[in-house]
Amino acid sequence: MVLDLTVKSCEMIHKQYALLKLTQKDQLPEMHAGQFVEVRVDNSSTTFLRRPISINFIDPQDNTLWLLIQVIGDGTRALAELQVGDLVNVILPLGNGFSWPIKKDQPILLVGGGVGTAPMLYWGKLLKQKGYNPSFLLGARSKNDLLQLSDFAAFGTVYTTTEDESHGVKGYVTNHPMLKEGDWQRIYVCGPKPMMMAVAKEARGRKIGCEVSLENSMACGVGACLCCVEDTVDGNVCVCKEGPVLDIDKLKW
Amino acid sequence: MIKERNTSVKLGNLVLKNPVMTASGTFGYGSEFTDFLDLNQIGGIIVKGTTLHHREGNPYPRMAETPSGMLNAVGLQNKGVHYFIDHIYPSIKDIDSNIIVNVSGSQVEDYVETARLINELEGIPAIELNISCPNVKQGGMTFGVTTSGAEEVVKAVRKVYDKTLIVKLSPNVTDITEIAKAAEASGADSVSLINTLLGMAIDAERKKPLLSTITGGLSGPAVKPIALRMVWQVSQAVKIPVVGLGGVMNGQDAIEFMLAGASAIQLGTANFIDPAVTIRVINEIEEYMIRHNVSDINELVGALII
Repeated sequence: MVLDLTVKSCEMIHKQYALLKLTQKDQLPEMHAGQFVEVRVDNSSTTFLRRPISINFIDPQDNTLWLLIQVIGDGTRALAELQVGDLVNVILPLGNGFSWPIKKDQPILLVGGGVGTAPMLYWGKLLKQKGYNPSFLLGARSKNDLLQLSDFAAFGTVYTTTEDESHGVKGYVTNHPMLKEGDWQRIYVCGPKPMMMAVAKEARGRKIGCEVSLENSMACGVGACLCCVEDTVDGNVCVCKEGPVLDIDKLKW
Repeated sequence: MIKERNTSVKLGNLVLKNPVMTASGTFGYGSEFTDFLDLNQIGGIIVKGTTLHHREGNPYPRMAETPSGMLNAVGLQNKGVHYFIDHIYPSIKDIDSNIIVNVSGSQVEDYVETARLINELEGIPAIELNISCPNVKQGGMTFGVTTSGAEEVVKAVRKVYDKTLIVKLSPNVTDITEIAKAAEASGADSVSLINTLLGMAIDAERKKPLLSTITGGLSGPAVKPIALRMVWQVSQAVKIPVVGLGGVMNGQDAIEFMLAGASAIQLGTANFIDPAVTIRVINEIEEYMIRHNVSDINELVGALII
């Protein structure tokens, strides 16, 4: 559906990242972790298409939808500059979302890199709420780039890696011993493509089921324009409609 | 007293309840948009370009955002006409709109066979012959850039297709009126224009093209002035009705195209910005008619005051 949501708050939580919280009078529609929204950007002359942004969190207490926005270009900059009370036109929820694991007694690993940590917060919450046992492995360049750590900690153990060793293990998420050693039932990943490919390779090697959340550039968000396709074992599929979450068994990488 | 206003227009024998259609490749098969609007209210729904055989389309990336528009290089990804007939047609044939299939191909025989098969489908009252897709290596636009190419394919399809035949023209030509006249002389009931303009986008930092195919088709408000000019020129050159498209985003744009000579319009890229844009444009056209005291929308076609 298409909704005009009101900005409840919009804060820069880092020099490059804004946390935008949106609300409306009525209860927000049900949304699943891993789904995304398409946000219309006003006040940017160079931004024509909507911006696809993953759902960072849904807070039922204050009826807010959280979007973690990495400021990359004019569109995301305009979103980061929104003021409390502004209206934002949003299509939601879009895409499939993560699939539920089978066993409640075997731990689950949620891996996020950069702004790819965003959907893992809500997914961690839902998993914990349903009695699963999620842990998080979050990677960033430096400790200041690790976002929402205390929020994550409410839903499971948090492991971190930083490229400059300022927080957690030095290097990339694939350098963390927990990825290689943990008794994971299932791994969920979102982040830069090389990172997702590396984690997928590790999961395959250990025969652990794995889902990745892709962020192919897209236009319509509803499976009509066929721009965001990923080449899979079933041919080209629309990341916006049949994804953004795909099982690595479907992928050619 | 509320006056009864006529919004219906004709393209050959095809009657549209209003002049608003969706452009091929921007609206899927309509079903993608049922969460946002009532398909039965739309004048015509032109579904995704369909070829004789399955096509995977071009590799990713297929899209680049540009100022007031976008480039695409989808390359006619579709599962072929047989899949359409067996799996898609049954679910869309009863929509109370005009479901029109955009037909494309690599060679004349493909166009003819696809059109022949669709001619059998009772629920499809028209086809839009795509001789203007810039994103396929063979066929597509090559038929639409010469009068002889246009004549060859339109004549051949006309022989096997007896319902409304709309021919979609390419703007990537020296004189679009020549191609339009060739299509008319070869039996087209209507022409639609413009397909996308061949364009290109580059990532300067990486020194690479943004599309896998290097070049692609430009659409959106950026192309509207060119589309308006071509609709104006073509409507002066042919007697058959013209369907205008290219950057239409709202009711005012739609009216501009009609004043320039279009009997109907198509919404394309606008569907990506506002999935319910068709309904909004239908309403805005009606508001314009009320404001200007127009009782029959056909009065607006070509009504430009010079």
